[in-house]
Amino acid sequence: MSLTVEQVKARNQDLIKEVLEVYPDKTAKRRAKHLGTFEEGKSDCGVKSNIKSIPGVMTIRGCAYAGSKGVVWGPIKDMIHISHGPVGCGQYSWAARRNYYIGTTGVDTFVTMQFTSDFQEKDIVFGGDKKLEKIMDEIQDLFPLNKGITVQSECPIGLIGDDIEAVSKKKSKEYDGKTIVPVRCEGFRGVSQSLGHHIANDTIRDWVFDKMDGKPAAFEATPYDVAIIGDYNIGGDAWASRILLEEMGLRVIAQWSGDGSIAELENTPKAKLNVLHCYRSMNYISRHMEEKYGIPWVEYNFFGPSKIEASLREIASHFDDKIKEGAERVIAKYKPMMQAVIDKYKPRLEGKTVMLFVGGLRPRHVIGAYEDLGMEVVGTGYEFGHNDDYQRTTHYVKDGTLIYDDVTGYEFEKFVEKVQPDLVGSGIKEKYVFQKMGVPFRQMHSWDYSGPYHGYDGFAIFARDMDMAINNPVWGLTKAPWK
Amino acid sequence: MTQNVENVIDHFNLFRGPEYIEMFENKRKNFENPHPDDKIEEVREWTKSWEYREKNFAREALTVNPAKACQPLGAVFAAVGFESTMPFVHGSQGCVAYYRSHFSRHFKEPSSCVSSSMTEDAAVFGGLNNMIDGLANTYNMYKPKMIVVSTTCMAEVIGDDLNGFIQQARSKGSVPEDFDVPYAHTPAFVGSHITGYDNALRGIVSHFWEGKERTPNEKINFIGGFDGYTVGNLREVKRLFDLMGVEHTILADNSEVWDTPADGEFRMYDGGTKLDDAKAAINAKATISMQEYCTEKTLDYIAKTGQETVALNHPVGVAGTDKFLMEVARITGKPIPAELTKERGRLVDAIADSSAHIHGKKFAIYGDPDLCYGLASFLMELGAEPVHVLSTNGSKDWEAKMQALFDSSPFGKGCKAYPGRDLWHMRSLLNTEPVDFLIGNTYGKYLERDTGTPLIRIGFPVFDRHHHHRYPVWGYQGAMNVLVWMLDKIFDEMDKNTIIPAKTDYSFDIIR
Repeated sequence: MSLTVEQVKARNQDLIKEVLEVYPDKTAKRRAKHLGTFEEGKSDCGVKSNIKSIPGVMTIRGCAYAGSKGVVWGPIKDMIHISHGPVGCGQYSWAARRNYYIGTTGVDTFVTMQFTSDFQEKDIVFGGDKKLEKIMDEIQDLFPLNKGITVQSECPIGLIGDDIEAVSKKKSKEYDGKTIVPVRCEGFRGVSQSLGHHIANDTIRDWVFDKMDGKPAAFEATPYDVAIIGDYNIGGDAWASRILLEEMGLRVIAQWSGDGSIAELENTPKAKLNVLHCYRSMNYISRHMEEKYGIPWVEYNFFGPSKIEASLREIASHFDDKIKEGAERVIAKYKPMMQAVIDKYKPRLEGKTVMLFVGGLRPRHVIGAYEDLGMEVVGTGYEFGHNDDYQRTTHYVKDGTLIYDDVTGYEFEKFVEKVQPDLVGSGIKEKYVFQKMGVPFRQMHSWDYSGPYHGYDGFAIFARDMDMAINNPVWGLTKAPWK
Repeated sequence: MTQNVENVIDHFNLFRGPEYIEMFENKRKNFENPHPDDKIEEVREWTKSWEYREKNFAREALTVNPAKACQPLGAVFAAVGFESTMPFVHGSQGCVAYYRSHFSRHFKEPSSCVSSSMTEDAAVFGGLNNMIDGLANTYNMYKPKMIVVSTTCMAEVIGDDLNGFIQQARSKGSVPEDFDVPYAHTPAFVGSHITGYDNALRGIVSHFWEGKERTPNEKINFIGGFDGYTVGNLREVKRLFDLMGVEHTILADNSEVWDTPADGEFRMYDGGTKLDDAKAAINAKATISMQEYCTEKTLDYIAKTGQETVALNHPVGVAGTDKFLMEVARITGKPIPAELTKERGRLVDAIADSSAHIHGKKFAIYGDPDLCYGLASFLMELGAEPVHVLSTNGSKDWEAKMQALFDSSPFGKGCKAYPGRDLWHMRSLLNTEPVDFLIGNTYGKYLERDTGTPLIRIGFPVFDRHHHHRYPVWGYQGAMNVLVWMLDKIFDEMDKNTIIPAKTDYSFDIIR
């Protein structure tokens, strides 16, 4: 880009001003706090976050149920997660998040199934507790190899006064202490998915950890045991990460929660270190394990070779020389392959600009991977980030980066129209808007059905995919030659 | 080393490498505390048994893999069928994120919709302020010509009064006094997405027609209903009407908004029923609905204005299309043109050419009640047997209607309709009484995997095949598409079954 940083900042300011003009005054005042430009040296990105979305503006956010069922609990593969309430929530989230797993679906594994209590009017009027009890009996009967049940509350549950905790306790007792977890993740709670993550984390604390005291260890602990926390194994991300940790000599005793199992959750308090990828969705349980079990945790970033290298060393620093040497060995082993990827793709992508709008960790975590390819992220924002996310973002973004929190459909469209990035990375709801505009796009939630993007194996795929999006010949065809 | 820069492999092949396979095995053995393999196999076999089927069909409370969605999805579907209209769903915001994703995954198109973003405080105090602010924001930001309000279950449970709220929002200046804001209560715990379509469309039509004098004219109204092929179907229907010279109004025409060009411009709104046409549609001679169960209340309302109403059941095939065209001809007095008669002949010709490959084949079908009816009729016309027909949102009435259809033909002998059942029931049906092919939406692929029944994707949603929604399934040409999709699968299966060299490939024929 030929603009100086000062020109970019001035442009951003004008752009934000222009965008705010469309709003009624009250809304403009509220939205203004969420839009800004990163100033080098500041401790955060200068925007407010984790505040209620404004009605009618077309927020991209979801709800607490999405954060619990869709993110934290849903991928635990050997438990059955009941979408408790009307049919829709479970239907729209059914198998949509590509949390890969291995298991016999419908027999000992249940991730890509839609279990719902399909509430009818009578359940609303008379309450759904009796139905929930019966559902649990039927689950025991028809899916005998399930290792536990969670109750993922949809909006009505909290409004009609159902006591899902009592039902869960009663049924757990009846089934010899079976893990049954009531989750109060009704969609109206909180301002976004984020509270759902927190609520789900807390239920693991209260209904898994606190109920397993005295259970014997399922395995012999070693000094090199770690747990992967906050990797949902989208397109196999956690697998492409696990393989590196194991190659450096660590033993991964649990995956949270992609391809995870209840046994792995229960294993985790025996870890020596929790390695945390998605800070936003699982920092709560990591902090709890630190306090209660004395397990330290460390954030890492497995997007792109620069960040992977730094992360492997950071993780190794918590262990002895054997692991430190292991990390160096892994870094050295993959270096030629990474160099080959960069040599191939960087010339095709150098100088290209990117605008991101994603959830969780990605609005910052993927920046390094783009930079490894010579690309520049010129705008970024979080669907449901908190201020600690924006603080962490300062380590990634450049001076003058446009920042937009909980962006509205209108704002995002205008920003992209004016900034004209070479690539937009966001979600399915945004994908087709920008492709119509002729702007290359990659879904950065689902990896656009590709992946993994984590780890060294993932970076090769990431580079290939960004190249195929940007250098797609179709973008040369959007204008008819006679127009 | 797994990656080679000259041939980067992704999840399809990456995890089949020996290092990953070993990793998976160790993970499972050491940390997952798995059930023994023989136990898993035993249970897997048991789930295929008659005993399991009986237990499964005895379920009273649990629903597993249903083939239906909730009301507001249908309301949004109907709303975007009108000119420059923004659907506004009053309640929790996560729902709207889901509807938008769901439609975008099926149509591969943007899907605009807003929420009133109600949270805990609104749960306590009601969502009036959300409505007031929300309508004002939507009106100013997205410059719609109409906003159609529906509800999530949250707003329904706390009992928000849409009519009152919208009036108050108007009086507070959220939208101009004369701005169109039709609404419908669409509780997710009643009916399904087809009920929501019906409620929203009735809401829109009654908003325009209530208290208006009807001056009958010669036009007819057409309603497609909630339909995954809406883009292709509505274009085809317009072509048929134009060929017949029938003046018509499509009520809820979403064929443009879900098929916009990539030419550098994002069209939040495109096409749709003109609001003036929707208003004038009260004067039409009659209204034809392609989906009875999707438009029950709407047609009741329309009938009360004095119009004739005709409800069809998602007609697919020769006789279904004949009936549709003859109804149009009867109502309008316009003859069916020779060109359409010729199209009909071409479809009959195609069926004659191919029927040997379909005749006697057994099918299972699931989907919305009208779609099931239309597809079952077509199969019977082809000499195939629709053995299991399942509709999660089908009623007892639908079951009786299906039975009457089965009884009308020798190919319906032994066929059965299953209202209110889900795809886990279907799994038992396919395991205990196998069929040759399954027709259903994308989720049918799990049944294909578990039971080995090849899936022909017809329905909504279809996420894992692209662009089929651009093809019609209505009209003679639509039936031709359906015929070809079925034949393609049948021939692919024949080839798959005969492809082993020196074992089965004597039947690997080059001409079929």
